[in-house]
Amino acid sequence: MSLPLAGLTVLEFSQYLAGPYAGLRLADLGARVIKIERPGKGDACRQLATKNLWADGDSVLFHTINRNKESFAANLKDPADVATVKKLIAQADVITHNFRPGIMQRLGLDYESVKAVNPALIYGEVSGYGDTGPWKDKPGQDLLAQSVSGLTWVTGNGDQPPTPFGIAVADMLCGTHLAQGLLAALVRKKRFGVGAKVNVSLLESILDFQFEGLTAYLNSDNELPERSQIANAHPYVGAPYGIYATANGHIAISMGSLETLCKAIDLQGLEEFYGVDAQFFERDNIKSALQKHLKNRTSGEWLQMLEQGSYWCSEVLDYEALTQHEAYQLLGMEQTLERNGASLTTTRCPIRYNGERIYSDKAAPKVGADNERIQQEFAL
Amino acid sequence: MIKPLQDITVLDFTQFLSGPSASLRLSDLGARVIKVEHKVKGDLCRNIYASHLNIAGQSGFYQGINRAKESLALDLKDSGDFAQVKAILPHADIVLHNFRPGVMERLGLGVADIKAINPNAIYGEITGYGHDGPWRDRPGQDLLLQALSGLAGLSGDENSGPVPMGLAIVDNLAGAQLVQGVLAALYAGEGALVQVSMLEAALDFQFEPLTLYYHDGEPVDRGRENAAHALVGAPYGLYKTQDGYLALAMGSIPFLGELLNCQPLLAFTDAGRWYAERDAIKTILAEHLQNQSTAHWLSILEPADIWCAEVFNWQQLVAHEGFTVLDMVQEVESPGGRYLTTRCPIRLDDQLLTQSEGGPTLGQHNSALRAEFTGAKP
Repeated sequence: MSLPLAGLTVLEFSQYLAGPYAGLRLADLGARVIKIERPGKGDACRQLATKNLWADGDSVLFHTINRNKESFAANLKDPADVATVKKLIAQADVITHNFRPGIMQRLGLDYESVKAVNPALIYGEVSGYGDTGPWKDKPGQDLLAQSVSGLTWVTGNGDQPPTPFGIAVADMLCGTHLAQGLLAALVRKKRFGVGAKVNVSLLESILDFQFEGLTAYLNSDNELPERSQIANAHPYVGAPYGIYATANGHIAISMGSLETLCKAIDLQGLEEFYGVDAQFFERDNIKSALQKHLKNRTSGEWLQMLEQGSYWCSEVLDYEALTQHEAYQLLGMEQTLERNGASLTTTRCPIRYNGERIYSDKAAPKVGADNERIQQEFAL
Repeated sequence: MIKPLQDITVLDFTQFLSGPSASLRLSDLGARVIKVEHKVKGDLCRNIYASHLNIAGQSGFYQGINRAKESLALDLKDSGDFAQVKAILPHADIVLHNFRPGVMERLGLGVADIKAINPNAIYGEITGYGHDGPWRDRPGQDLLLQALSGLAGLSGDENSGPVPMGLAIVDNLAGAQLVQGVLAALYAGEGALVQVSMLEAALDFQFEPLTLYYHDGEPVDRGRENAAHALVGAPYGLYKTQDGYLALAMGSIPFLGELLNCQPLLAFTDAGRWYAERDAIKTILAEHLQNQSTAHWLSILEPADIWCAEVFNWQQLVAHEGFTVLDMVQEVESPGGRYLTTRCPIRLDDQLLTQSEGGPTLGQHNSALRAEFTGAKP
């Protein structure tokens, strides 16, 4: 299959998650992504092992997000290495980094300096909180970005403490925004012949993600979101929207008419709440009655009744049930990579191009694995 | 500044959130977005949420996600109306939809139909679960995707049952992935079919916990105390203080014990045990941290370079210089009045990508579009 970004060269100075996630997607779409890493230790993510899981000396986390990339080791504190890297930059289309403000200037690799070498370069920068203001030197870390952004007040029930998203959501969204900005700049370069500087930050990305609520907040006498006391799933959506316990597990009940729902599950007593406003303002009363009722039968029984009543609902699956399900297996979402005998199964690119799934079986590189080849190829 | 997608036209059949979030980003980046809406009902998002969030005459969420788009209201089953769409198609660079499988084909707007009219068009679609398999006709709704994809098992703690993430995360991710694919095709300069399903986007989002699951086969265990990430050891979490909450991301446990003057933490010397013993460590930390104010703890932890932050709500955030310095809020104008909303999170050439127009009223641009593309008098 011919991939849309074939022929593009991306140099990735970024470490950890946000920048490398953008690099991964560009690689999936056909770009050649070369990580520029410090000799020896490389990307700090190599040592960041969640659940203490490792493969061939690097953390499994590092492997997942750096598959399909090459590695060029260079000591950016050594002027000779910086000169070599600049020769590489002169031949690249895109570079990305997530150093704290000021570091790239000290290395002589800030946008103005590299623009002199390669005027059409697309220069991508990831920061935690932007490059000015009181937080510019604060660690750009996912949980901290979630915490200052207000996001921890939308998940969990109203009587529970602030609850973060249990995954690096700011990093991931910021990575998608970086990829979008880089791709848009590449489109512009192709159309108008100009290079670009693209900046994203974890905080701006996690604020963009909250656009619905923030727009409501900013236009409503600063009314804060309130989580429902029971089965909260979105502070701005009325009952029944949520996940409920049944006699033997849990089911998810989506948005819709309360009347349709009550008829489908044979629940009386909520007639006074039929109507959009009541579904929102009386959501705790409605959800509490629902929860009481739903405890009486099994998930399977309820799902059958809800489906017969054409009400949006679903089972709640864990990874074991999900990965055994036909609907999951048909996706072909897994791919297996190998490095030095260590084998690792991970997910593929979620985008399909011209009807085809995009796989790549190239494992994440060892630090400096590609130095020799890159030196020759780019005449460094 | 030249916006990257200026003079690019998007014919947008999407509604609700996933697709409109994609066309919003294309619009932010300079594209013209013509939003095709049902003649009577419009985008269902116009009415879906609680009515008290009415902004400038529309649902607040519609306004948030449809800024600067043009609204073309018509009945796709009416041949006269359909002819208008056909008149625009040759001028569209990108066509987007998020109908369930088969709907666009039935309307005569499947990828083959579009290709016949405009071979260079990029056809982008979002489905819930793809075109095959037992879930293909299920509703692609965010909460259901969270429930089915395992996402509801990642937040909160093990005492809480499944805890959905409190915003439409899967919609947003599917939209973001579609934008990436569409922009890549635009760069390649070729007509292309770009497909994203919400399920695949939700799985990609979980590449880390899923890969770990493929690796060790162990169910996700969120822990029972101050849970924040099922895969990360102590101290990672939010902690109640005397007057609020404190986020602690990373730090050596004995070092934290010294800094915070919390003796019991000194015993946890083996970093390899901070995951297995996270509940015990977090219980000690939680007990200790509630005795002083957030500012007190920050004044000790920040100078020692411990990764920490105060937990804000929007009121605290919006009042803080760390927020105001971003210029994240823009004012836009819609027929119903001016309103405030967020801007595009991407900066280009050190400039903000802002817009001046808000969301359109239903059919606001009908006559102008008819005049432009069919030559009819406005």
